[in-house]
Amino acid sequence: MTLDISKIRADFPVLDQQVNGSPLVYFDNAATTQKPKSVIDALSHYYASDNANIHRGIHALAERATTAFELTRTKIKEFINAPSSDQIILTAGTTGSINLVAQTFGRANFSKGDKILISNLEHHSNIVPWQMIAEEKGAIIEVIPVDERGVLDLNAYRNLLDASVKLVAVNHVSNAIGTINPIAEMIQLAHAHGAKVMIDGAQSIAHLDIDVQALDIDFFAFSAHKLFGPTGVGVLYGKRELLESMPPYQGGGEMIKEVSFEGTTYNELPYKFEAGTPNIADVIALSAAIDYVNALSKEALFTQELALLAYATEQLSTIPGLRIIGTAPDKIAVISFVIEGIHPQDLGVLLDKFGIAIRTGHHCVQPLMKRFGLPGTCRASFAFYNTFEEIDLFVKALRRSINMLQ
Amino acid sequence: MAQSIQETQEELIEEFGLFDDWADKYEYLIDLGKKLPNLSEAFKTEENVIKGCQSRVWLHAEKQGDQIVFEADSEAVIVKGMISMLIRVLSHHTAEEIMQADLYFIDQIGMSQHLAQTRSNGLLSMVKQMKNYALAFSAK
Repeated sequence: MTLDISKIRADFPVLDQQVNGSPLVYFDNAATTQKPKSVIDALSHYYASDNANIHRGIHALAERATTAFELTRTKIKEFINAPSSDQIILTAGTTGSINLVAQTFGRANFSKGDKILISNLEHHSNIVPWQMIAEEKGAIIEVIPVDERGVLDLNAYRNLLDASVKLVAVNHVSNAIGTINPIAEMIQLAHAHGAKVMIDGAQSIAHLDIDVQALDIDFFAFSAHKLFGPTGVGVLYGKRELLESMPPYQGGGEMIKEVSFEGTTYNELPYKFEAGTPNIADVIALSAAIDYVNALSKEALFTQELALLAYATEQLSTIPGLRIIGTAPDKIAVISFVIEGIHPQDLGVLLDKFGIAIRTGHHCVQPLMKRFGLPGTCRASFAFYNTFEEIDLFVKALRRSINMLQ
Repeated sequence: MAQSIQETQEELIEEFGLFDDWADKYEYLIDLGKKLPNLSEAFKTEENVIKGCQSRVWLHAEKQGDQIVFEADSEAVIVKGMISMLIRVLSHHTAEEIMQADLYFIDQIGMSQHLAQTRSNGLLSMVKQMKNYALAFSAK
């Protein structure tokens, strides 16, 4: 299936604008993706026609809102091939999902001396929640190292695995340098040692096919806003027996079965973990994002992105002094780079003046930056709606910026 | 008698008024950054680092008579250019003058985007820190 990129671009209103007098080139898709019009319309349609609180009301609006909300849950279930919708917990984002697992699974299962394995590629949000619960429980965090290319050292991983490891928490794809981790193999190895695995799918959900059953994932987390959906919605998938055995997270409405002053019984999955009125509008609009991706096919989108990655890598390699950080053989369309003698922030400021949006800094992965001995990098991250012409504009602006700075 | 904070701001506004486009403006800023002397390594301490900047920024202040003298440095040259302007405007003034300074020149020369409260732009933290020094010195 060949994609009609100009037709696709017309679906994303934000792309059609000038920034500082130049056409916007949006290469910050790993931070957040843009939204198709169908998602924006779903949001405004909900507020204009269906707004009601869900699950409790018996009036028409409450019923429409509840149906649409639960339909999203079903679509998510299909999107990641979960066995059942009630294993799809709706949260505020990947960070919210990871904290939920840390504070419930972690609280119930970690004890003194237990190990939690994370990797050197992790985003701060897949480090700090584990540090918090580890400190509380006396558990120990150990780190799977990465090599010069930004590839996880699987031998070191094998050596770190033993019976004291209760959980392995790794990202599917590195946000800073794009490495795709061999999670199928990593999960198998962890399970062989009796450890559970949490996959941070924030950076893979929009690009790679996810089948939580085929991969035998215990917990999988992602954010809607990195899947062309709204901000403020996240997903946590978990295996049924794990979710059922975990204590509730936050207390409040919706998560209860019966409340008395003597005690409270908790609701069933998934509501046990969904206290309070959820982010109804944004959840409903996520449905439109999933439909959008399904209609185009994830595989076709990823093929387009890899072509962009190959072209950008080739073009950037012609710039003197430019070094790409992260050269794993399996990568999504993310390029992190530094330029000899130039601070990333200076490039970010000047590229913005040319209308080009990239990310500069530590990308919330300070331990990884430390590993490479860098204060930060420049990161260009592509989505299927980006074009080869945009890469040309970017490279031209980058050369001009380097000239200004040298 | 050195010129007032207001006079220096007017001078900068006039200088930037000569540029037709952003590129000239930034080239000038980069040039200012390159010309600002490096801060002595002895002052590049953890204590002097201004938090909240994407690049590391060091600010050192000392009192000479009744005036406060600032020296600063950054890894990023555009930030250093900004620092150079701030030093030109605020250094060698009394604590009172620094605390009361309204830095309208930043907006007038079209650099107010660098005052935005995002973590990537540390100009706001820099101004705040300079005023904090003034406050601390005046309390002594």
